[in-house]
Amino acid sequence: MSATPPRGVSRRAFLETGALVVGFALAPRLARGQDRLPGSLNGNRRLDAWLRVDPNGTVTIFTGKIELGQGIGTALSQIAADELDVDLKRLDVVHGDTARTPDEGQTAGSLSVEQSGTALRFACAEARGILLTAAAVKLGVPAADLSVRDGTIGASGGGRVTYWDLAGDADLGREATAKATPKPPSEHTWVGKSVRRRDIPKKFTGGAVYVQDVRLPGMVFGRVVRPPSPGAELASVDEARVRSLPGVVAVVRDGSFLAVAAAREEQAIRAREALKQSARWKETESLPPSGDALYRDLMARPAPAQTVIEKTAPAAAAAVKTLDALYTRPYQCHGSIGPSCAVAQWQDGRLTVWTHSQGVFPLRGDLAKAFGVEAKDIRCIHAEGAGCYGHNGADDVALDAALLARATGGRPVKLQWMRDDEFMWEPYGSAMVMKLSGGIDAQGNVVAWSHEVWSHPHSTRPGSSSGVNLLAARHLARPSAPVLPADVPQPAGGSDRNAIPLYDFGSVKVVKHYVAQAPLRTSALRTLGGYANVFALESFVDELAAAAGADPVEFRLRHTTDPRARAVIEAAAQHASWKPGATGDGARGRGVAFARYKNLACYCAMVADVAVDRAWGRVRVTRVVAAVDAGQIVNPDGVVNQIEGGIIQSASWTLKESVRFDRTRVTTRSWVDYPIVRFDEVPEVEVVLLNRPSERFLGVGEGAHGPAAAAIANALAHATGRRLRALPFTAERVKQALA
Amino acid sequence: MATFTLQVNGESKTVAVDSDTPLLYILRNDLELNGPKFGCGLAQCGACTVLVDGKPVRSCVATVTSVAKGRITTIEGLGTLDRLHPLQRAFIEEQACQCGYCGNGMVMSAKALLDRNPRPSDRDVKAALNGHLCRCASHNRIVRAVQRAAAEMRS
Ligand code: FES
Ligand code: FES
Repeated sequence: MSATPPRGVSRRAFLETGALVVGFALAPRLARGQDRLPGSLNGNRRLDAWLRVDPNGTVTIFTGKIELGQGIGTALSQIAADELDVDLKRLDVVHGDTARTPDEGQTAGSLSVEQSGTALRFACAEARGILLTAAAVKLGVPAADLSVRDGTIGASGGGRVTYWDLAGDADLGREATAKATPKPPSEHTWVGKSVRRRDIPKKFTGGAVYVQDVRLPGMVFGRVVRPPSPGAELASVDEARVRSLPGVVAVVRDGSFLAVAAAREEQAIRAREALKQSARWKETESLPPSGDALYRDLMARPAPAQTVIEKTAPAAAAAVKTLDALYTRPYQCHGSIGPSCAVAQWQDGRLTVWTHSQGVFPLRGDLAKAFGVEAKDIRCIHAEGAGCYGHNGADDVALDAALLARATGGRPVKLQWMRDDEFMWEPYGSAMVMKLSGGIDAQGNVVAWSHEVWSHPHSTRPGSSSGVNLLAARHLARPSAPVLPADVPQPAGGSDRNAIPLYDFGSVKVVKHYVAQAPLRTSALRTLGGYANVFALESFVDELAAAAGADPVEFRLRHTTDPRARAVIEAAAQHASWKPGATGDGARGRGVAFARYKNLACYCAMVADVAVDRAWGRVRVTRVVAAVDAGQIVNPDGVVNQIEGGIIQSASWTLKESVRFDRTRVTTRSWVDYPIVRFDEVPEVEVVLLNRPSERFLGVGEGAHGPAAAAIANALAHATGRRLRALPFTAERVKQALA
Repeated sequence: MATFTLQVNGESKTVAVDSDTPLLYILRNDLELNGPKFGCGLAQCGACTVLVDGKPVRSCVATVTSVAKGRITTIEGLGTLDRLHPLQRAFIEEQACQCGYCGNGMVMSAKALLDRNPRPSDRDVKAALNGHLCRCASHNRIVRAVQRAAAEMRS
């Protein structure tokens, strides 16, 4: 990433010029009495916060949402190009920069197209109207007689003018009204097409794409030395010896925070080793027990039972059969392929950070608190990282780099975590327990349903509360106050995400035990609680179907009135050639599952086929057929890519993954301790899209994970007649179940 | 420190580094090549893969001394945006990634595979790439991309 100032221009001046070029007023905050505007336009109400038309024939769109390899930049440019009537090639996209883009919080929860896409759709439609009005004046014709082709406005009676000619006259420095009507789907050129992602060509040609590729003049390399365990404190370390090692520029020790900068990267890595060797730590046993005891421990922790929903159906018949079951999910890793990385530089008391954080504004807020400076003195600029799948170490490493950069005399520091830093210190997806019970009546209909969930937090991101949610802040000599995050409230939900069944189940009760104090740091891993809740819910639906002697597809349809839910279940069954009443043969079986992510986003149903090697206990998912309704689809191949990836990632979580630890230390250090699926284990995947061009966009990034886990669990039960309720389905557990 | 002259993408490059320096840091930091990535530093993930005399090598653990005599090829040496190698073109056509961080290693190992086996089965492709991790789970697209490139290279 070339962030190098032009020759003869100091970095400072360069940054200032950069700011001048784009000098629009950032969004005025929503004042009382203002109309609610669509999507993220509501919080960022000026048109010029979203787009700029340049005399050189380009349009730049600004988004607070960042590229995670999910193709958001491409999807947003498709939306903008359609509303503006310009070719995609004219569009530039600027993502997440606290000095340049709207503040859209986190890029998370599969909300980017809904929030940023909706804002851009309305902003661009309105900008087009403003440009047409300016053209009408210039050409002396009514605006209604004008049409636009790739930015060239033509009057029906002749006469032309371009957006680029009008760039100076058409003032976008005004508040959006959202009164311009976006185009109907029938007039879309780009939306709905599998446009190639704009980020991909560079990724396969060695282009500067990632934060790891940021290179600045005078830059040095940093590494951290983390404590050996979550409860450890630094007792002593021989800093002087490490300072004398070749290339070492700085050693920073602040409480239990320890980091080193060196002229060369391999020197920083060696110095890190030397620091590790000489550091003495006071360790304490702060971790919970492992195995089944982990879940007993979680359920025993003090947390009030909160009723999420309770509804009674007085007309319901009495249950003739009741069942209950306990499902568990361990701590799991994001496991990014590229360890977290950031580049930081201090100049004249101001900090600039290049970061792959999912939320540059919240990160800036927490950095400001950590350093006791004002947010305006910090600029966070997004640069892509390796896929993060939620809140991993991306934000933490930004503070690490900034702490170390205070000691390098203004030289920028690029700090990347080592593999073990990532595995031991990323915030995990929380361990969870789901206790389900239900009853069926004489006709085999579900008349009573209860879902109780125990969980630690699923969102401890920066900006989510008053304290500082950055790892190093807890290790400093003056640590920042610990933060006890609140759960993400319904309707999206956090620990109870997707715990409320969408089926018509008579009396329904959902209760959560939210254990805010977690022995291992936890935060958002794709779907938050949704993955585990759908796993439990949809497994239990199959258990009740079996008790009722019903076919799992028919049983689901019988309890579903939402036509969109029915449609995906039917489509998945049909494309998978589902045969009611087919029995597993002991080694092969198939299962179905459904969920609407968050009960608000995309509908997704799937059928999974598994093959079980009974002797070794190995489970292979051979094929998955999924059907998805994501409302209006902006980029079909992008949706397929997300769903495909979600299914395979979930298969990996479901079959293989759990964080290991003893009572003191996390013992998951490398890929050897944390196997994930490989090429020879990956299922064939078919994705069927049910496009609904007249419905609003629904997020898909996390739609597949829950259903995939449950479909695999159901397929395994179908194949073997034995049900596994503890994730992951390792060979050991499968053998045990089959014994 | 010692001086090494390396053959990288057909050019001679001289660097002064310690003799046990892993090749990866020289490629990324001295030669400013972005292709090879740091993923684990433990020869476990494949993100850092380059070719040395046509064979895939994990540059995070290969010392400069061990490759000083070899012909080193990185993904930058395969092709450029205007002159894509068939593998690069195929990965773009198949949209064979999400984040793309693993992509360098996938392409480089696929290059070595196709050089020795121009007509691989899907099973051969998976076997050749099995030591490469992809956390975004783009596996099926990657296999399709390699097969597409193989077909193009045969014709
Ligand atoms: S970085 Fe070399 S194999 Fe992972
Ligand atoms: S595409 Fe992200 S790791 Fe493979």
